[in-house]
Amino acid sequence: MGVAWPALALSLKVALWASAIDLLLGIGLGLLLARRRFPGRELLDAILTLPMVLPPTVLGYYLLVLLGRRGWLGAWLLEHFDVSLIFTWQGAVVAASVVSLPLVLRSARAAFEDVNPQLEAAARVLGLGEWSVFLRVTLPLAWRGVLAGLLLAFARALGEFGATLMVAGSVPGKTQTLSIAVYEAVQSGQDDLAWRMVAIISVTCIGILVAARRLALAGAR
Amino acid sequence: MTFATRFAGRLLGRLGAGLLAVSLVGLAPPARAADLTVSAAASLSNAFRELAPIFEARHAGAHVLLNFAASDALLAQVRQGAPVDVFASADESTLDKAQNESLIAAGTRHVFARNALVVITPIDSKVPAPKALADLREPLFAHIALGAPAGVPAGRYAQGALQSAGLWAAVAAKAVYATNVRQALDYVARGEVDAGFVYATDAQAFRDKVRIAFDVATPTPIVYPLAVVQGSRQAELARAFVDFTLSPEGQAVLAKYGFRAP
Repeated sequence: MGVAWPALALSLKVALWASAIDLLLGIGLGLLLARRRFPGRELLDAILTLPMVLPPTVLGYYLLVLLGRRGWLGAWLLEHFDVSLIFTWQGAVVAASVVSLPLVLRSARAAFEDVNPQLEAAARVLGLGEWSVFLRVTLPLAWRGVLAGLLLAFARALGEFGATLMVAGSVPGKTQTLSIAVYEAVQSGQDDLAWRMVAIISVTCIGILVAARRLALAGAR
Repeated sequence: MTFATRFAGRLLGRLGAGLLAVSLVGLAPPARAADLTVSAAASLSNAFRELAPIFEARHAGAHVLLNFAASDALLAQVRQGAPVDVFASADESTLDKAQNESLIAAGTRHVFARNALVVITPIDSKVPAPKALADLREPLFAHIALGAPAGVPAGRYAQGALQSAGLWAAVAAKAVYATNVRQALDYVARGEVDAGFVYATDAQAFRDKVRIAFDVATPTPIVYPLAVVQGSRQAELARAFVDFTLSPEGQAVLAKYGFRAP
């Protein structure tokens, strides 16, 4: 049982950080894709959506090649900042946020596209700056769509397995998330432990979904 | 909903059902006369991939299907009723468990190879190579890869050696656990960890990427037993495979990959 609770805490920590990163990136990139016309826009959209379509192991391999000590970004980080993301929980956050970004991005883009530009124009006429227009008109109108995507992203990040295992490995208490702990318990024939952890994650997820639904309803009022 | 989208939806539904039917038929091909499923420890992968075609050439119609994973994972599969004919483990204790649960056929168990445990480092490692287990306590070795002891025999052998040297706590604090010995090997080969525990045969298979630092004496000798799985539909062929691994021809292939004779 010693494995289960730290693994759950780590899973929640990783999923929260990943969702926070996805929220910022999803809103920024969603707005960019919804409002700006530039060459390669649809290509960028496709590339950013790719993590949802690619097998997690393919993504994990890309990340490993990119962020590994010999990867071009990983080697640079190591040389200049003495930082290595492989086998750290921060590496797990990177993997989880890349995998779940498309979920926020796609719903954010659609939500921003649905905002009536006349309302924003009216706000500008009434003297609001661009930043205030965004915070007081555009974002509140698009918020439900963004939030729906964010919840899905959080759930996806909580369950992330393949890419995380490849990038962050399985270090108990450090990078062993609940999904990885379940996999290892099953692999090593510890069925009792696997059952307990499966029950824990199931109840946690139901709790999150119910709470999220309440929050969303409360926010809509 | 417009007519067009309704029509498209129905068409997609039909297509989906059709595809499902086709794929279900595809899933259940007539079982081939002599498919032999061999579950083998991950460390045996290179050697068994060479053994399989030789065995097939000796037994007309035989088709060997290889399934590699950590021994405990293979045991878990057999326990859940996976259709396995031969089970080759990297330690006695895993096969002991299988025997106690009557998962293997009586009288078919044989030790067919021996191996050694080594500590390896990446070939381009800038850190001075460790010379003994005690050196792994040095902060220079920030991450050390080994199989998860709960499910990987190579990890258990490493744990045993470290425990008898009184170094387990120090190494466990910086351990990166792999789900099988080949994953630990891969972590070292990529230079993501500073050292790792693998079998001598694994180090030999990756000699262009990893360097053996030193041999590790293990309290339990590293032996590979195999047996015919209880309820195998190819029991006769399975027994022939067991015999083949023990034959001079099979032993020659194993020796080529660095395995020692039983």
